[in-house]
Parts: sequence; structure tokens; C-alpha cells
Amino acid sequence: MKLSYFPGCTLKNHARNFEDSTLYAMDKLGVEAVELDRWNCCGTVYSLSTDDLMRQVAPIRNLLRTRERGDSQLMTGCSMCFNTLKRANNRARANEEDLASMNDFMYDEPVDYAGDVDVLHVLEVVRDQIGFDAIRERVVKPLEGLRVACYYGCMLVRPNEAAIDNAENPRVLEDLITVLGGEPVDFSHKTECCGAHQTVDKPEIIADKTYDILGAAKAQGADTVAVSCPLCAFNLDHRQEATLQKHSDFHTMPVVYFSQLMAIALGGSESVLRLDLHHTPPGPLLTGKGLL
Amino acid sequence: MTVFVSRDKINSGFTSKVQRLADQNLMACYQCGKCSAGCPMAAYMDIPPNQMIRLAQLGMEEELLDSEAIWLCVSCMTCNMRCPKGVRIAELIESMRQIKLRARQDHLQVETIPTADLRAIPPIALIGSMRKFTS
Repeated sequence: MKLSYFPGCTLKNHARNFEDSTLYAMDKLGVEAVELDRWNCCGTVYSLSTDDLMRQVAPIRNLLRTRERGDSQLMTGCSMCFNTLKRANNRARANEEDLASMNDFMYDEPVDYAGDVDVLHVLEVVRDQIGFDAIRERVVKPLEGLRVACYYGCMLVRPNEAAIDNAENPRVLEDLITVLGGEPVDFSHKTECCGAHQTVDKPEIIADKTYDILGAAKAQGADTVAVSCPLCAFNLDHRQEATLQKHSDFHTMPVVYFSQLMAIALGGSESVLRLDLHHTPPGPLLTGKGLL
Repeated sequence: MTVFVSRDKINSGFTSKVQRLADQNLMACYQCGKCSAGCPMAAYMDIPPNQMIRLAQLGMEEELLDSEAIWLCVSCMTCNMRCPKGVRIAELIESMRQIKLRARQDHLQVETIPTADLRAIPPIALIGSMRKFTS
């Protein structure tokens, strides 16, 4: 199966571990992710104002690039890109006048966007197109004894129109970890916001959020927290130093992308995991569990 | 906080502007407080979300636009999902930010971010904060 693929900005630098492991896992599962030739930043956050149609042009252009390839589906792994692309697409589909205005802004595009591309998150492809049974058959290194707290954050589950699962108690990541042979733990903070872009000028707030979220995971006996968003990953992992400075009883904990756990279980070598990009190293934990 | 309600403020146009930008009906709110109860940022706000909505109903432009609270909301959408009246609180707060930003009153001075931070913080965070905090 071939799918058009939108990486987004952060997967090309800080979150290379997310991209490399995702592409490895997809390949192992028979999905060829074909990166769009000329993709641009999705805009990161969906514009919430009614009259801000100009801001919808960036995400919609990527859907036009997908159409140019003759494809009608666009897959992305980054939760924020997914949410922004999907909501812009929903808006274009729901309102003909808005779509016409967006197309007017894109006077340089040879073809108008017609609302005919579906935006998919990697986890939707995993669950709905590949299927958990097919994944189970391909697991060569089960995540035995690895206790994982699955963290969805905001953008995978809110609002309903862009959610890949139930907003208050999503299960898709837990189901995936189970199929990979790991042990998902009950996790009270799985959809609690990490503080998002406040990390730029108010890292002290992120320190509190990381303390609460990772503390809740630790209290359930989790070894690690699995995420799907490079901003959540940065806040929960790279802000652990600031967290420790503010909360002396904080216990550091490795944070990984769900795709890295998939890559391990599907037989990936350490090179696709890019563990050098983590702040709190997952290496000792994974080695201790016999997974590296 | 003590505020003085007046017909002039209520009819000043601020309330209708906020509603128009958000495509929401502020008057649907009956102050149950669910938005503030679930808000991950409420603890840091000078005005919690349910009070922001009440002030907006009453046209309290100055109190809202000068607050820290409008900049602390990260649009995580928890309030929207839990509001029993279907009010999209996040959109209403975005409108208040937009009113400031459209008057070129940025909340973040990008040039003051240390170079080391620009390297360390991923683009997803930097672009997100620029989108939310600058015009």
C-alpha cells in the first residue's frame, strides 16, 4: 500500500527519531510512505477565528500537493500537523464560500482544491487500514515486561471533528502497545494538556505539567510514557531538567514515541530509534528489558 | 475583582465583536464552571475561563484585554469538549487575543528569545507561540 506522507517541520530536525521510526515501522507493515514533493508548514495551530481564512491556506496547499500526486489520502504522524490539516480540511468541506475564498487566496495554484483529500494520522492507518491482527503477526521482539503509559495529549482527541478516538478515554495506543507485547497501564493524565507552546516563554508552567503527568505515570508503575506529538515530547522529556529544578521530588522518566516502540517490536535496529535525540535516555530501560 | 456594570459597556460593541469572531453565542453560558474546572491553565490565570465569559457578556473589554489569562489559554479544547451548552470557549478567548493582535499589540517579542532557546526549542513550539502571540 502506498500513501502520501506529510512529515511536518519538526520531524525533519528535533523529532527525527519520530520520523525514522515511523517510516521503518510503516515499511515493515507494508506501507510505502511517499513524502510530498513540495510540502510546506501546516501552520502548526488551527486558526480559530471565523474570518481568518488566509491562515487556512498553508494547510490546504498540502492537500493540493496530495491531489497533484493523484492521491486522495494524506498521512501524517505529528499530532499538531494532523489536527491543523484535518480541521482546515473540515472547514473547506463544510462551507463552500469559505473554500472559494481559500482558493481565491491561492491564485498561483493551477487547480482549485475541491475538498477531496482525506487526512489520516499514522495511528488511524495502523488501526483501520493495516489492522492490529496483521501487526501482531509481524512482531519479532515483543515488548515483554515494558509498562507503558500512553499519552494522547490534546490534538489527537480534541475536538470531536478531528479526533481519532474517544475524547475522554481513548484506547488506540493501549491497543497498539498490547499487540506489540507491552503492558499499557491505566493512566489518569492521558489527555491532560502538557502546556504546549507556553514552553517558549513560560517553561516554569511546563515544569508543573510534566511533574503532574509523569508523576501520574510513575504512580501507576509505568517505565515510560509513549507520545505522538513532538511538542508533548519536548515538554515531557526535554523540560525534565526544569521540572527537577522546580520539584525536588520529581523522578525523571524516559519518554518515547509510539513509533519507536513499534520499530523495536518489528525488529528495528538502534539506528532507526535515534535515541541520541532524547533528553532522559531510554537506552538503559530498553537494554534492561532486553529490547536493545 | 470589583467591576462596574453599565449599559454603555454592554452595548459598546466588544461583546458582539467577540461573538462574531468566534461565531459563538456568549449568552448561552449559564456559569456552571465546567470549563474552569477542567482547564489545565486555570491555576495560572488571573481570570478563570468561566469568569472571562461572564466579563465578555458584560462588555468588560479592558479587564479582559489587559488580563494575563487570554494569553495563558493554549487552545487545548478541553473546555469546548465539556461545556454542557456547547459554547466554544477556546474560540471566544482566541477572539480576545485576535482583537489585541489586530491592533499590533503582540504578546511575545520574538527578538528577545535567547539564541540558545531558538536552537533548543523545536519549530513546532516556536511557530505555535508566534501564531498565538504575534500579529
